[in-house]
Amino acid sequence: MTQHFLSVEGLQKVYPAADGKPNPPVFDNIHFGIERGEFVCIIGHSGCGKTTILNVLAGLEEASSGVVIMDGKEVKGPSLDRGVVFQSHALMPWMTVLGNVAFAAKSRWPEWSKAKIDEHCTTYLEMVGLGHAIHKKPAELSGGMKQRVGIARAFAIEPKMLLLDEPFGALDALTRGTIQDELLKVVQATSQTVFMITHDVDEAILLADKVILMSNGPLAKIAEIVEITMPRNRTRAEMHHDPQFYRIRNHLVDFLVNRSKSYAGSDAAVLHDARHPPVVRPGLAADEPPPSDSTRPILKQVVNQ
Amino acid sequence: MFSKLGLKAGLLSLLIFLIFIGTWSLATYHKEAPAVSAADAEYAAMMGKGAGKTGGFPPPSEVGAAFVTYLSDPFYDKGPNDKGIGIQLAHSLWRVGLGFFLAVIVAIPLGFAIGMSPLLFQALNPFIQILKPISPLAWMPLALYSLKDSDVSGIFVIFICSLWPMLINTAFGVAAVRRDWINVARTLEVKPLRKAFQVILPAAAPTILTGMRISMGIAWLVIVAAEMLVGGTGVGYFVWNEWNNLALPNVIFAVAMIGLVGMVLDQLFGSLQKLVTYRE
Ligand SMILES: Nc1ncnc2c1ncn2[C@@H]1O[C@H](COP(=O)(O)OP(=O)(O)OP(=O)(O)O)[C@@H](O)[C@H]1O
Ligand SMILES: [Mg+2]
Repeated sequence: MTQHFLSVEGLQKVYPAADGKPNPPVFDNIHFGIERGEFVCIIGHSGCGKTTILNVLAGLEEASSGVVIMDGKEVKGPSLDRGVVFQSHALMPWMTVLGNVAFAAKSRWPEWSKAKIDEHCTTYLEMVGLGHAIHKKPAELSGGMKQRVGIARAFAIEPKMLLLDEPFGALDALTRGTIQDELLKVVQATSQTVFMITHDVDEAILLADKVILMSNGPLAKIAEIVEITMPRNRTRAEMHHDPQFYRIRNHLVDFLVNRSKSYAGSDAAVLHDARHPPVVRPGLAADEPPPSDSTRPILKQVVNQ
Repeated sequence: MFSKLGLKAGLLSLLIFLIFIGTWSLATYHKEAPAVSAADAEYAAMMGKGAGKTGGFPPPSEVGAAFVTYLSDPFYDKGPNDKGIGIQLAHSLWRVGLGFFLAVIVAIPLGFAIGMSPLLFQALNPFIQILKPISPLAWMPLALYSLKDSDVSGIFVIFICSLWPMLINTAFGVAAVRRDWINVARTLEVKPLRKAFQVILPAAAPTILTGMRISMGIAWLVIVAAEMLVGGTGVGYFVWNEWNNLALPNVIFAVAMIGLVGMVLDQLFGSLQKLVTYRE
């Protein structure tokens, strides 16, 4: 197996039940890897354990078993090497926008002067289009602007990797689109490695290099890994002209609607190798009969390394 | 719109005040021969003095006169039993201030520790629950016995009564700091002291200041009673002394001053509270 930038090996999480008896694990035997500069999205139904996985990667939560190794070192706790964008933006309301970002930057570079910190942070705030609002309090911002501050804060510490938990979940479609574009721009400019949770299939296709599909919990698994084979310079406005787009989209939606629920008992699960979940490239598949026929597990495009 | 409402409210307040004064005047209006009730006369005789000063409950005019006399020279000092109201209030405020300050020094760090550590919370909770409902004045004999000084005992009583609301609110505020903010600090590897001062303290400040405001309110209630008990100086002692002189107008004047100072203290903490409150 090649050495990934980040590798997740045999991750399992059990939460104790309220009465003290052991619950079934939320997820079990999770393996995947992320390369440097790669943008990975994870999709799965609510409650399958996406946030838990992200928190383990962030070091905020401990896995029941398994390890996460980033850049050759085991993840044992939170670190400035991994910037986190929280679903609920988590800005500190008593600080200004600049104050929030500066608080992060000051943690990273305690020796920097205030002027240097402010200048550094302003650059990142301008990058997300908030140059005009740096002295406002978060309460004076719209939901989308707050989320952008959260993104700027995570970028400003120049982490080795970025973890985003449904960063746009609470936003309306229009705002979401704008910020996706912004994120895409910043990620491409900095070639950041990103792990992101989303519920939005289009968002995943636009942003990701590969999409991890999780089956439903408890005992959730990585059902397959979908590579997004469309050219990297795709844009939100153009991408649905690419014939690949609909193939990928149908594949993802079909998984979410049909296959994720019944995954546990299906043929795919029997053939499933947790260490090497099937990697598929639906975008490159020639048009074929809809995947609703009986030979459902699409193992044709498996291209495991 | 607002000022109109304010104007109306002000006028209404004035009206209520005038009706109050009017009713009071009528109720205490002296007929030709001041008909001191039998009980009053007996009581006055028993007290041996002051019979001349009291003709039943004083009318507003006498109380007004007391206001004028005392406020025109608030800081005179003619011996232990006759000091201006300003001096007496200053004594009370000094005791309250010192006792309260000591309580802040203890309650805020301890509350921080309790709020951060579930172990400490569980361990200390029984003590807090038992000590909290004890009337602060119940400590007075113990304080007098062990501290051997009435002034220090008064300060101790203020300390004890200010302690609980601040301690409990601080612990609660610290424990209730949003998980997200703590997690932000954790992912940024913020050092403990910086986290305490830049994240937890500002996040919990509104709750802590609410506790301080409640404490101050209680302290001001308690100081009057404590000073009545230990005597010497202070506005509580002033009330008690004037009561012993049967100088009811002075008592009413002092009562009004207690209310006024209490209100100012409360508003002071109210504006401090506004200062640290954040909008989400
Ligand atoms: N602190 C906890 N104690 C007990 N169970 C928990 C705890 N946190 C999460 N769980 C359980 O773990 C499972 C996965 O939770 P998680 O938040 O990771 O889901 P998710 O995939 O992020 O869902 P969503 O898409 O709704 O955010 C859920 O079934 C949840 O009930
Ligand atoms: Mg989640």
